[in-house]
Amino acid sequence: MDFSQQISQYILSGLATGAIYALIGLGFAIIYNSTGIINFAQGEFVMLGGMFGVYFHTVHNFNLAVALLLAILFAAVSGVLFERLAIRPLRRATPLGLVIITIGGSILVRGLAMLVWGKDTHALPTFSGDEPLSLAGATLLPQHMWIFALTVLLIVLSKLFFQFTITGKALRACAVNQRAAGLVGIDVRRMVMFSFLLASGMGALAGIIIAPLTMTSYDVGIMLGLKGFCAAIIGGMSNGLGTVLGGLILGVLEALGAGLISSGYKDAVTFIILLLILFLRPQGLFSRGESERV
Amino acid sequence: MRRELIKFALFAAVVLTVPAVVKGGYLLNVLVFVGINTMLAVALNLLLGFAGQISLGQAAFYGLGAYLSGILTATHGWNPWLALFAAAAAVGLLAFAIGFPILKLKGHYLAMATLGFGIIVYIVFNEYVDVTGGPSGFPGIPGLQIGDLRFDSDLKSYYLIWTTALLIMLLAVNLTRSRIGRALRAIHDSEVAARVLGVNARLLKVQVFACSAVISCIAGSLYAHTVTFISPSTFGFHFSVELLTMVIIGGLGSIYGSCLGAALLTLLPEFLRTFQDYDIVVYGLLLIVMTMFMPGGLVQGAATVWRLALRLLPAKGRGDA
Repeated sequence: MDFSQQISQYILSGLATGAIYALIGLGFAIIYNSTGIINFAQGEFVMLGGMFGVYFHTVHNFNLAVALLLAILFAAVSGVLFERLAIRPLRRATPLGLVIITIGGSILVRGLAMLVWGKDTHALPTFSGDEPLSLAGATLLPQHMWIFALTVLLIVLSKLFFQFTITGKALRACAVNQRAAGLVGIDVRRMVMFSFLLASGMGALAGIIIAPLTMTSYDVGIMLGLKGFCAAIIGGMSNGLGTVLGGLILGVLEALGAGLISSGYKDAVTFIILLLILFLRPQGLFSRGESERV
Repeated sequence: MRRELIKFALFAAVVLTVPAVVKGGYLLNVLVFVGINTMLAVALNLLLGFAGQISLGQAAFYGLGAYLSGILTATHGWNPWLALFAAAAAVGLLAFAIGFPILKLKGHYLAMATLGFGIIVYIVFNEYVDVTGGPSGFPGIPGLQIGDLRFDSDLKSYYLIWTTALLIMLLAVNLTRSRIGRALRAIHDSEVAARVLGVNARLLKVQVFACSAVISCIAGSLYAHTVTFISPSTFGFHFSVELLTMVIIGGLGSIYGSCLGAALLTLLPEFLRTFQDYDIVVYGLLLIVMTMFMPGGLVQGAATVWRLALRLLPAKGRGDA
């Protein structure tokens, strides 16, 4: 394999992981925009997606597609429960209180998952075989294609949802100004709950489609969540497309860092990027001009 | 201030007579770790409880202290005390340098940035195998000694650790009663208002951050010399959350509360061995329940319950009569 082949291999597999980060990051952005909360528990719903998927598929022998849908449903319902039980009773909390509550929630969810499913790592079968494909000199698995396809599908769907449905428009209104949204008759509380539903559902999907490649266990949520947050930060928290780009950039840089520098420091690359962005451009890489809040 | 001093003297007297009651053994060993965690919780409380700035990277400073001390003494043969002070100075400078960009951030962003810093340091402990020994740990750190006095038993370690912890608590109590302490509380309530009143909020926040880092670093050095073996898993994200739980349980801004929180979270797992795997669930629940129902922490919560009980009891007595 020559150098250019190697690079294209890193870039393509980086784009696939980047797509996952983008999905998780979109979850962060959706909740942040409707509530002003950075949900530290977001990564745990990604973990729940993967773990529920494994549970329904291997324990209950459901067909993979059914297990996938059930897992997303269950994770999304857990997200709503989390909002109802921990966030809503605390509407007047300080940012500090919210940080602590969502951290508490995240380690609670992680601990419960550990008690229920144990500490083992589990694998989900790939969606359509393991026959490698060749693309631009790089070797990819069919699962990578599934990741690209499902991510693109979901991003297009969410774009349409936010542009054309009444609920989507109401969510955007809440993002612009909660009070004003309430004054024109939008049920802000329902919208907040809805944003948790969407975010945890999206996270769960990300958790399921990555599980066949990287395995899943009760503690994968921390890293995936932080990387999703990093993607959202690069995109400036409010910009739908920005977050997607942020995820892809992060995925590619991480893959290049792992391949060319050292795989042990792969995760450090993410956090150095995170710190640099927070220090230098906390508003995100892409200018504020096109700030479309999704 | 005088009342504070009397309170502190009583507390110190109780702490220093504990070994006479406990008489060595396993419990005394655990109490040594209560002392170390007290220093760490007080350090975080200065930052979180007084200045209102969250840090999820405290375990990194603790780990840097432990590793710097370990490497300087075991690998390079430095005198342990010299290594302790060198580590504290280096970590203080580091915290001061990163404090300016980090503390410009607020709330969620600050939490994420400190968390990111903590994870980077943790990764370095694990990956820089040639120097740190990597995941399998770093053995053979020498114990501390003053003249011919070697701190090699639990009893001697107890006095070493708790004397330091008490000094740090005294400094913290003193600091919070001073002009600086009032300025910090002003920043906590409203940074804008504090700045309007002439408080140099930015510099002060960075100073508290550095101060908290130095205390954590000293605790780390003492930990390394006491247990003589360190490994990265002690200094991970999980421990930063544990410290946060100690401070929240004890009460934001309460120095004695931090000691209580450290004692509870260190002693309980030791006695509830059967709950070993549940501890993470318990921490999560504690963080949520305390923030929701007892935001002032146990010390303040107990006082409120006590006052309520006092008010209710005579009322009931009158009602009966």
